[in-house]
Amino acid sequence: MFETLSDKLQRAFKNLRGEGTVSEENINDALREIRVALLEADVNLSVVKEMIEHVREKAMGSEVMTALSPTEQVIKIVRDELITILGKDTARFNFASRPPTVILMAGLQGSGKTTTSGKLAAWLQKGGHRPMLVSVDVYRPAAREQLRVVASSIKANIYEGDLKGEPAGTPLVERLAKEARREAVNYGCDVLIVDTAGRLHIDDHLMQEMRSLKALLSPQEILFVADAMTGQDAVRSAESFHQQLALTGTVLTKMDGDARGGAALSIRHITGQPVKFIGTGEKPDAFEPFHPDRIVSRILGMGDIMTLIEKAESTLDRKKSEEFARKALSGDGFSLEDFRDQLRQIKKLGSMQSIMKMLPSVGPFQGLQQMAGQVDEKQFSRVEAIINSMTKKERNNHEIISGSRRKRIATGSGTSVQEVNQLLRQYAQMRKMFKSAGKPGMQRKLMGSLNAMRGMGGMGGGMGR
Amino acid sequence: MIQTLFGSLKEAEEPKKRGIFERMREAVTRTRENLSQSLEEIVALTIEIDDKALDELEMSLIAADLGVVTAQEILSALRERALNHKIRDGAELKQMLRVEIKAILDAYATPPRVVEQAPEVILLVGVNGTGKTTTSGKLAAWYRRMGKTVLLCAADTFRAAAIEQLEIWGQRTGVEIIKTKQGGDPSAVLFDALNAAKARSIDVLLVDTAGRLHTKNDLMKELDKMRRTTQRFIPDAPHEVLLVMDATTGQNGMQQAKLFTESAGVTGIVLTKLDGTAKGGVAVAIARELQLPVRFVGVGEKLDDLLPFDSAAFTDSLLGA
Ligand SMILES: Nc1nc2c(ncn2[C@@H]2O[C@H](COP(=O)(O)OP(=O)(O)O)[C@@H](O)[C@H]2O)c(=O)[nH]1
Ligand SMILES: [Mg+2]
Repeated sequence: MFETLSDKLQRAFKNLRGEGTVSEENINDALREIRVALLEADVNLSVVKEMIEHVREKAMGSEVMTALSPTEQVIKIVRDELITILGKDTARFNFASRPPTVILMAGLQGSGKTTTSGKLAAWLQKGGHRPMLVSVDVYRPAAREQLRVVASSIKANIYEGDLKGEPAGTPLVERLAKEARREAVNYGCDVLIVDTAGRLHIDDHLMQEMRSLKALLSPQEILFVADAMTGQDAVRSAESFHQQLALTGTVLTKMDGDARGGAALSIRHITGQPVKFIGTGEKPDAFEPFHPDRIVSRILGMGDIMTLIEKAESTLDRKKSEEFARKALSGDGFSLEDFRDQLRQIKKLGSMQSIMKMLPSVGPFQGLQQMAGQVDEKQFSRVEAIINSMTKKERNNHEIISGSRRKRIATGSGTSVQEVNQLLRQYAQMRKMFKSAGKPGMQRKLMGSLNAMRGMGGMGGGMGR
Repeated sequence: MIQTLFGSLKEAEEPKKRGIFERMREAVTRTRENLSQSLEEIVALTIEIDDKALDELEMSLIAADLGVVTAQEILSALRERALNHKIRDGAELKQMLRVEIKAILDAYATPPRVVEQAPEVILLVGVNGTGKTTTSGKLAAWYRRMGKTVLLCAADTFRAAAIEQLEIWGQRTGVEIIKTKQGGDPSAVLFDALNAAKARSIDVLLVDTAGRLHTKNDLMKELDKMRRTTQRFIPDAPHEVLLVMDATTGQNGMQQAKLFTESAGVTGIVLTKLDGTAKGGVAVAIARELQLPVRFVGVGEKLDDLLPFDSAAFTDSLLGA
């Protein structure tokens, strides 16, 4: 199966032990692997070349830190470099000092401009704004109708306008844009979102139209809407759009797929403008501000595992977890009460689906992302409900849970006696397994796997399936 | 934490890089049959190949989205052959590469299907925004030009105004469309369309489906269901399942092709938006790995901007000839 980048880097550094510095020879192997990883993630070739040189400079002669293995050190350098390119912070959104703020959506055909226009409107509405939408795509069949349906689904204002039989062309586009702005002012809308027709960056005629629209509307934001699945060509289109329009940012769409999204890096590098938002689904609320650190691990083929680690570290109550592990491994074993605590902690991380989606799509987690759609979130709630219906005494001593008690618990939790039985059986098995493993030596190993399990919510997922 | 994830470094001895003498010794101690070939290899080692030219070719393949792995595999095979044929000149290498890529693309190509038993059912599938609806319209025009009777099925019942969009293509091409309301069951409208096609003795039924990411299980199952619905109705159908792919697609295209083939039984690719600057090189990787031919290319938004795939022209554009 796929070897992860970190595996490859480890191989490249196998012979490095004992040396004080990272030398040219061993760094070359590592850089080759990084180059391949970035290219497979669709980062543009020239961007990769430039990056690799930066990483080489930084890695060469840099002291091997004792805290990090050489592999980790190089990953850290690469990661820092990627974050530098992408910009450290989530980008801000520009609003006009005198409303309406005008946002012009630009991009190639099929990149997701119309869907994104709707999402942006919904996002602004949630933030207390009053956006108005308008589509000046008079070219693609039913494009304006599409935005109308989107607007009504989110109850956003839209200026529909009247084509009055005017032929499709720049004069009509300009007229609709002008009217929409007037309408926005009249309706007291503070933001006007202008959805435009998809166009190729080499289509002089349509690019001229875009420049006219810009001159006419003086937009605060010109957002380049780009598909996360775009390959090497991303720099060419982004550069051209930027040269002709001076973009203010990018929205990367279809990030709910399994594309690595290297285009984000290419576009950011070539335009110097931040990626501001990502689209993560077809529904209007599948839209988020962009976080550079998340996509970095995705580009490197490590999924969002770094985010997950950070999240897990801040959310999980360390002390409680360690206590649980100690108990689980010691003579007493863990109680159902302890188990419920753990379940609740896992739930704090978010839905199982969102957790699984953060895992890398390659390596040991391969396939898990795809499974995310099949996770039965309700299973967690059911397990918790069953434990909730027990008395404290029962939770601390499962052996007293007799047949009639089981019946009561099932009724109380709205589940069935079978489900209660199954939970108790699995709990007993798990408890026994941990206890028998609680010998010295085994202990540390188990703590590690317990941590990993908790990170993936594997414990809850195994119940009652 | 990272430590536990990546594990710690293990001390393992890697065999030293083999020197030329070791290689020679190894070569001469091989069996008789292999001897002459090995000697040839050694001789070849002394011929200098234009590595810079090879590097440049690799770059051009990567820049065209073939992917670094595919590019390297193709080029290392090329290098071998160049050595055997004692070719070292850059221009000659490029010519060899052109032949090689064209061969990959031609390996599983079949001529455009002729309608044998009406109705011929063609499903158009793919991720969002690649050009499925537009291609459905263009294909309707294509078959009309061939004198066939055509019916369109609006099985994208999900995206806003997708049905209206296909309706306009129906008007443009003078082809009737079978539809339901937005949010309806795509398999149900497909069933209606199959019935209508049979009842009206239609030659070609074109089914426009909703865009979906290949990672969404439930949506992929829906495609599988549509395929089975078709099969139940007409045993050999769907006769063609076309994966519509945007030429700007990068390495994710491989995954798309893999998963759509699993669920929908893709039989060929339509590469759209080749009128832009993207080369569509991922199609080479797909052809090589999944044995899927490119059937058509889209070169614009107008009715007749659809061309049958021409591997020679495509390869030339890929290599910047
Ligand atoms: N330039 C160009 N645009 C295309 C081509 N094929 C489709 N499009 C455009 O791509 C966009 C998405 O097409 P559509 O058919 O709606 O995609 P679907 O979501 O897959 O059905 C539309 O704006 C089309 O006009 C092509 O070959 N070249
Ligand atoms: Mg469509």
